Amino acid sequence: MHNEHSDTHFQSRIDNGEHIEPKDYMPEGYRKHLIRQMSQHAHSEVIGMQPEGNWITRAPSLRSKQILLAKIQDEGGHGLYLYSAVETLGVSRAELIEQLQTGKAKYSSIFNYPALNWADIGAIGWLVDGAAIVNQVSLQRTSYGPYSRAMVRICKEESFHQRQGYEIMTTMMRGTKDQQAMAQDAMNRWWWPALMMFGPHDSDSPRSGDAVKWKIKRETNDELRQKFIDKTIPQAELIGLTIPDKNFKLDEKTGHYTLSPINWEEFHRVVAGHGPCNKQRLDHHIKYHQEGAWVREAADAYKIKTAKKELVTA
Amino acid sequence: MATDTQLDLWEVFIQSKSGLPYIHSGSVHASDVKMAMQNARDIYTRRGEGTSIWVVPAKHISASNPDDNDMLFDPSNDKIYRHPTFYVMPEGAKNI
Ligand SMILES: [Fe+2]
Ligand SMILES: [Fe+2]
Repeated sequence: MHNEHSDTHFQSRIDNGEHIEPKDYMPEGYRKHLIRQMSQHAHSEVIGMQPEGNWITRAPSLRSKQILLAKIQDEGGHGLYLYSAVETLGVSRAELIEQLQTGKAKYSSIFNYPALNWADIGAIGWLVDGAAIVNQVSLQRTSYGPYSRAMVRICKEESFHQRQGYEIMTTMMRGTKDQQAMAQDAMNRWWWPALMMFGPHDSDSPRSGDAVKWKIKRETNDELRQKFIDKTIPQAELIGLTIPDKNFKLDEKTGHYTLSPINWEEFHRVVAGHGPCNKQRLDHHIKYHQEGAWVREAADAYKIKTAKKELVTA
Repeated sequence: MATDTQLDLWEVFIQSKSGLPYIHSGSVHASDVKMAMQNARDIYTRRGEGTSIWVVPAKHISASNPDDNDMLFDPSNDKIYRHPTFYVMPEGAKNI
């Protein structure tokens, strides 16, 4: 008989294309990798609400305000789907939030850049959500059941996010010279950070091997980044935006675009906490978490009180 | 600061159309059933995903142990008489 609690049996289930569910045996490394990746993903959804939230009160029309509110509400929901999914691995929500607030857990570095003007809202939706979608579409086939199910739900909601961003960019590119310049400036600032969202090159990413073997990741960082580049450059060109890279070109043989090398020093600097907004993002999260504590405490007190009443009347 | 509370865990089941089964959608945190229902509505049905919601305190759900799968879900291939193809019907029998 096979041993259901062995790593070999686990790997054979993965190789067979089976999904792993919360109560199934899993190697400690698999669980740890999932907790790290999924919580980082959840935190990114939640922290990502901040740069966009900054523009709700200043959206240029009622239509764009409604759209932005709906998008940000979706991102909050994505965070919640993902937190629930991580909790199935035996970590509590309180622990996850503490890891975020103490800096033990990371979130995507992209959200440490500021949204300076309305064109940034366009660039975020189009490029940042666009990059996130490429990653999330691939993760729909991840081997951990609850993660995969959360991704399916998220992907259904994401395409509106990217389209609303591209619509903003398109409108600005059809506008005045100043509006065109704003859109191009936002493109210039967000292009490279968006490419860095996929993480280090495969050759420099030590954990990637296990994640691919365990089918947590179904495609590597570089494969996903290339997909994003190939579909985004024609979208930029269609509306007259210039790629901020003098050396980019289409390789006629492979059909893929090639770019200048990415500046990883900047990436590591921002990951290490020295981006423009790292401190602001965490401070904001901690402040509102603490200010909301009384609501959670009141809800708990109300629960206890009503439970006592039911006991008396029963 | 007092220890942080994140309220209780509830599992959410949604029926997408009347007549169809309720399917597990995910979970929410809430202090009571009213809040659980409201949160489930806000988090899981913003785009007409459902016409009806069940919320169940997660602590009241028991799941089978994967170690028992061989015993619980044995396909009983020796009991072929559970399938209609096992039976010999007389020549010419119709609509059966
Ligand atoms: Fe999202
Ligand atoms: Fe999004």
